[in-house]
Amino acid sequence: MLSGHVDMTHGGGGRATADLIRNLFHRHLGNAFLNQGHDAALLPAQGGRLVMSTDGHVIAPLFFPGGDIGSLSVHGSLNDVAMAGARPLYLTAGFILEEGFPLADLERIVISMANAARDAGVPVVAGDTKVVEKGKADGVFITTTGLGVVPDGVDIGPHRVRPGQAILISGTIGDHGVAILSKREALDFETDILSDSAALHGLVADMVAAVPGIAMLRDPTRGGLATALNEIAAHARVGMMLDEAAIPIRPGVKGACELLGLDPLYVANEGKLVCFCEANDASTLLGVMRGQPLGRDAAQIGVVTEDETGMVQMKTGFGGIRVVDWLAGEQLPRIC
Amino acid sequence: MCLAIPAKILSLEGDAMAVVSFEGVKKRISLALVDDAAVGDYVLIHVGFALHKVSPEDAERTLALMAEAGILSDEIGEMAGPPS
Amino acid sequence: MKYVDEFRDRTIAEKLSAQIAREADPACDYHFMEFCGGHTHAIFRHGVKDLMPSNVHFVHGPGCPVCVLPVRRLDDAIELAEAHGVILCSYGDMMRVPGTKQHSLIRARAAGADVRMVYSVQDALKTAHDNPAREVVFFAIGFETTTPPTAVAITQAKAEGLGNFSVFCNHVLTPPAIGAILQSTGAEAAKIDGFLGPSHVSTVIGSEPYEACATSFNKPVVIAGFEPLDVMQSVLMLVRQVNGGRAEVENEYTRAVTREGNLKAKALTAEVFELRENFEWRGLGTVPLSALRIREAYGAYDAERRFALSPKASREVKSCECPAILRGQKKPTECKLFGTVCTPETPMGSCMVSSEGACAAYWTYGRHRHKAGHAGAAE
Repeated sequence: MLSGHVDMTHGGGGRATADLIRNLFHRHLGNAFLNQGHDAALLPAQGGRLVMSTDGHVIAPLFFPGGDIGSLSVHGSLNDVAMAGARPLYLTAGFILEEGFPLADLERIVISMANAARDAGVPVVAGDTKVVEKGKADGVFITTTGLGVVPDGVDIGPHRVRPGQAILISGTIGDHGVAILSKREALDFETDILSDSAALHGLVADMVAAVPGIAMLRDPTRGGLATALNEIAAHARVGMMLDEAAIPIRPGVKGACELLGLDPLYVANEGKLVCFCEANDASTLLGVMRGQPLGRDAAQIGVVTEDETGMVQMKTGFGGIRVVDWLAGEQLPRIC
Repeated sequence: MCLAIPAKILSLEGDAMAVVSFEGVKKRISLALVDDAAVGDYVLIHVGFALHKVSPEDAERTLALMAEAGILSDEIGEMAGPPS
Repeated sequence: MKYVDEFRDRTIAEKLSAQIAREADPACDYHFMEFCGGHTHAIFRHGVKDLMPSNVHFVHGPGCPVCVLPVRRLDDAIELAEAHGVILCSYGDMMRVPGTKQHSLIRARAAGADVRMVYSVQDALKTAHDNPAREVVFFAIGFETTTPPTAVAITQAKAEGLGNFSVFCNHVLTPPAIGAILQSTGAEAAKIDGFLGPSHVSTVIGSEPYEACATSFNKPVVIAGFEPLDVMQSVLMLVRQVNGGRAEVENEYTRAVTREGNLKAKALTAEVFELRENFEWRGLGTVPLSALRIREAYGAYDAERRFALSPKASREVKSCECPAILRGQKKPTECKLFGTVCTPETPMGSCMVSSEGACAAYWTYGRHRHKAGHAGAAE
């Protein structure tokens, strides 16, 4: 394990930078592409349509129950690519390090990234490191990009969403957000809930193989399920009717949300996907999802309706109807 | 206003503090406003303080009252005969 | 969730719904004010309105301490953070409320003021312990439920001789507010046939203080629990009172409310706080003997004594109908700004920014009722 702290020489581009890259990044992330030693990775030609995505990760705390910023950033980019129905092929990672950040923590993060990438079978082929003065970054910021290829016959996007389709979710909502909140000192609660941070591309590949005609996939991250559904409804100019009783949620997540006055529909997820498909494909897809660890709690949670205004509504567990609106700003714990 | 939830007391600590559990979520709260709360009691928690014990007997009685709705009116209907 | 899920049971809901429909006289319109913002939130979140017959209406009341806080007091809190360099600790509810010129605590923080969100007043005490060289001010808001915790913190601070902690006190009282609403007469009066009394205020103050409202104004009060079944059972009890020409205080929330309330909490509150002669409420105007200030004996912990706050010409947004809405005289949809200029993203008044304000609840949960072609009562 490395010791000491990040200092300005690590970002200077000289010997210290090269040493850091070799002893830390290449040591753990190393693969044939990184070892090419260029600034850019030379990749083989790809057949098929390409998909690219990029994500900045600025979370605090950096280490949380069930993961850390390293694994989270890898999963995030893999999932973005997978939501287009694509098979992820390559990742890149850029690091902005704060002066004074402990190198041992950085190494933990890089090892975690390396493990996540290896488990996914997707290498990190290029990277960058910069150092900023103390106070200018929250320890470390990571930006990842993902590149993937979409199989022929797959056309996934909001333009495919139509009234009558089924809305499926791969598992329980709100786990990641609650795991993060449990580490915020001011809120001071203890829970067994772990972040659900996970790479979904394997699950997606099986789903797409079973039903190539899947209309839409989205991973409901920041802003939760409600935000993802509102975005899709607005883009596709459709309405949605959800069934509250059908939405899977762990008791501990429900409890933490009640305690803090939060609505689990708006709490972040990092290892779940929402799927829109033709009504008669729903049971096939649910079967595929439930057959995998990451889709064990998959369920149908609603249907797409005719509504140009894009209103998402929900039949409550109580039997009434409510609107599931956009989130205004960040959801804050309340006392009232 | 006043979001308060019923949580179960798991353990008592010094300084009028206690650890409570709500659906598996544990929190340290203050018992400064409630006397004679014991382990196993349910208390209403608001902004980190217990405000009042929840009475299991009254809870049951209230639920029974609610569930009677419908049964009671049928009985009244039978007794009163057809509407005049 | 014990004591929660049972009171959200759908089967019982349907029974109660049928019962209310049977007993509500079709020749009458029943208007019940749910005083408490938490009830407003619960009603909309669970869609309770859909289980009511069309002649039972909920009138949303001012029991939202965020909503009734006058702009000037919020401006004062922001001034404490910006001009006096204190660490201002605030509940999450207040962070995004717009003060004068749409400035808010969250914007003040973005501009460099030290504003910190807390879940409990105890977090503010801890902040004071952890920062002995800084002044820490706790922005206290809330009705009688939230006041005793503040009292505990102040007595604790005094016992410890904590020299850098004070409270900016904006605690307000429920029975005077109910009285103020019912005192409006003539064209100003809201049509109210009865009250759903607040759940958790009542666990502290008991059911007794409402008896004066019931007799003086001849309106029934049913203290209602927080869950949707509690609300429905309470509506049934109110319908029965109205039908029977009664105006009594009844308690539906017997599992947590007694007639005398929490004596210890009341005693502690009385030890630390005293009544202000007058207090300006947003929407209700100036209401006598309706708010609390910190007693002289604890004056060292009173931010208003400790810091000289500048006089302010605080301004509300013109055309904002929060005042009428808080008094139950207008519905959110009757405000010109609703849904156009004023939305949760760009709130013009506190009724929209507080998650239990009538406007926010209506917009966020209930605006489907106004969609073209929606079957069911517009509310």
